[in-house]
Amino acid sequence: MSRKLFVSPSPHVHSGDSVSSNMYGVIIALIPAFVASIYFFGLGALTVTFTAVAACLLFEFLVQKYLIKGEFTLNDGSALLTGLLLSFNLPSNLPLWIVIIGAFVSIVIAKMSFGGLGNNLFNPALVGRVFLLISFPAQMTTWPVGGTADRFTTVDVATGATHLMPLKGMGGDLLTYADLFFGKMGGSLGEVSAFALLIGFAFMLWRKIITWHIPVSIFASVAIFALLLKADPIAHLFSGGLMLGAIFMATDYVSSPMSKSGMILYGVLIGFLTLLIRKYGAYPEGVSFAILLMNSVTPIINMYMKPKRFGEVVKNG
Amino acid sequence: MRTFRIGGVHPPENKLSAGQIIEEIGLPKQVIIPLAQNLGAPSTAIVNKGDEVKVGTIIGRSSGFVSSNLHSSVSGKVAKVDQSLDASGYRRPSVFIDVIGDEWEESIDRSTNLKNECDLSAEEILKKIGEFGIVGLGGATFPTQVKLMPLPGKKAEILIINAVECEPYLTSDHALMMEKSDEIMVGIQILMKAINVTRTVIGIENNKPDAIVLMTQKALKYKGVEVMQLKVQYPQGGEKQLIDAVIRRQVPNGALPIATGAIVQNVATAFAVYEAIQKNKPLIDRVVTVTGKSIVKPSNYKARIGIPMQMLMDAAGGLPEDTGKIISGGPMMGKAIVSLDIPVVKGTSGILVLPDFESQRAKMKNCIRCSKCVSVCPMGLEPYLLGSIGEMQLWDRAEKEDVMNCIECGCCSYTCPSGRPLVDFIRLGKTKVSAIIRARK
Repeated sequence: MSRKLFVSPSPHVHSGDSVSSNMYGVIIALIPAFVASIYFFGLGALTVTFTAVAACLLFEFLVQKYLIKGEFTLNDGSALLTGLLLSFNLPSNLPLWIVIIGAFVSIVIAKMSFGGLGNNLFNPALVGRVFLLISFPAQMTTWPVGGTADRFTTVDVATGATHLMPLKGMGGDLLTYADLFFGKMGGSLGEVSAFALLIGFAFMLWRKIITWHIPVSIFASVAIFALLLKADPIAHLFSGGLMLGAIFMATDYVSSPMSKSGMILYGVLIGFLTLLIRKYGAYPEGVSFAILLMNSVTPIINMYMKPKRFGEVVKNG
Repeated sequence: MRTFRIGGVHPPENKLSAGQIIEEIGLPKQVIIPLAQNLGAPSTAIVNKGDEVKVGTIIGRSSGFVSSNLHSSVSGKVAKVDQSLDASGYRRPSVFIDVIGDEWEESIDRSTNLKNECDLSAEEILKKIGEFGIVGLGGATFPTQVKLMPLPGKKAEILIINAVECEPYLTSDHALMMEKSDEIMVGIQILMKAINVTRTVIGIENNKPDAIVLMTQKALKYKGVEVMQLKVQYPQGGEKQLIDAVIRRQVPNGALPIATGAIVQNVATAFAVYEAIQKNKPLIDRVVTVTGKSIVKPSNYKARIGIPMQMLMDAAGGLPEDTGKIISGGPMMGKAIVSLDIPVVKGTSGILVLPDFESQRAKMKNCIRCSKCVSVCPMGLEPYLLGSIGEMQLWDRAEKEDVMNCIECGCCSYTCPSGRPLVDFIRLGKTKVSAIIRARK
């Protein structure tokens, strides 16, 4: 037999799942929130998103080609996803040069300097956002109110605080639950519509891209701690970046725990930290800080929260 | 509907040869019968060049506790006892027999009538199973008499018949059930007597509805035998997974399956037991599925042990043009082989041909820690971690992370979006760690 045959150890078949199919799956899940951002914030949302994505792709390309001199990785979809998630965490009227700085921090510092996708300790988009929040607090917390604003209109746009400011007693009026749910409020461009984000969540569950464990334990923990702290659980769930954070940021593969029990602990602690920061911290919003803090705990969670072994012998006494 | 409780995957079933009747394959000019056809010590050849043998003549003796007898599958003259390539990829001692006619040992009852009664005692049954070279036909080829042997302080409560056939493509057990259901039932009765249990559950996945109906119907005539329909999930045919699925008990880490009170036997083994006990027929043939998407006629064949796989391939329409890989066994746990001159052995459940485009692995990428491997591992392990431990050669750590519990089912590698060869790293880890454990003793 002169035929060339492949010989390799089993298994000989593969599910066909790939890094890029998961990344593009998340990107598809972000489409409803993207549409909502354009609906509420107009061209401003589109401009910020486009800038963040383009800058992230460019930075990854440059680092990959000239610093790491490694394989071409742009097509795996992860830089595109980081760009999208970063922009979703920014106000739609943010000056574009600040957006580009955010993209630089996300890709070059938080992702590529650790060795690229899979090796980063922290969620790159969140590192970018928090860097900007600390560096440019004024620009990062002046939000156009959804449905009223456009960065290109020359008239004074209505800018204001998110719903978290009145929640914290920092002034402003409380919104109705319907406005909270559908997203007619101030906020970062991708975070306002809980409705759109939940559609994305359902899509990711259906496509088995993520499991329910992290988002649901965050929701449950936020609701329970809000009740314990005598706050309105519904308002806390649907305002600020909680939905975006719980569904899309905390579930980032690389920076979240590996076992189901670990995921639940991680989610519960994110919810708890978010509430603590929202209630007692200097910042009105705490989701990004809570997730980043928990990112740093992930390796320890992985070490101690193991999946239950088959046939584990329970030691008595 | 039941299935096992931890992990698992559901690859495309591709049971292309389902519904095909079992066709008998003729005899070649020469058969090559490897001496290592069972788990444990290989048989010792007891024939020499020039010896005349009949179908069923013993040619190899069990060489230890975990070992097995071996019989000639043809009549003729021993050509030589020499090294020959087998499915493991190694050259190993084998008996070469030139085929002359087809003369069977007189003691073998070749009639097809069903023989129901068996008045042998449990000890006699076990002894005969051992003498007739029966091994587990699900793939592991563990000597059956050893598995059935009573252990001090352990009482079997239930016999579980593994008719799951969870490997994609393979249909040999399915075909056997459709044609030999009565014989299988009698085989089960004999096994029940041998291990002194009153209850048997036959586990069948629900992608074989015809077999479920037929076996359920047949089971009505036999006391204590029932069929359990199981949800399709790989690796349900794994012994530990099947016990968990059927009686909801987990074999404790480090213990034998009997610790749960269950003894598992493959359905084809039950048939082989019937033939050995009731018909005095040693294990000299088996059902082999020949399949693949490009195979002209995916089929189930009854093949004598020792015939070259090429004969089966020819019968199924020849090796397809686009062949990239030939596998002895199923796609999840089978072994890729280098030639079709390799003989069919007791453990050959199927020959699967994959086309070129399915034969090569995807390029390996960084682990993105998606945790899908952890979700699908039926043993509750962390394949991503065992993989990187293997890459870094940290064998002490591998042992602590329970690398030895891996059953090498391949769910993790199958699932990994980054195309990481997790099972390869884990196998390496198992080899290294077992060497360390042996050295410690």
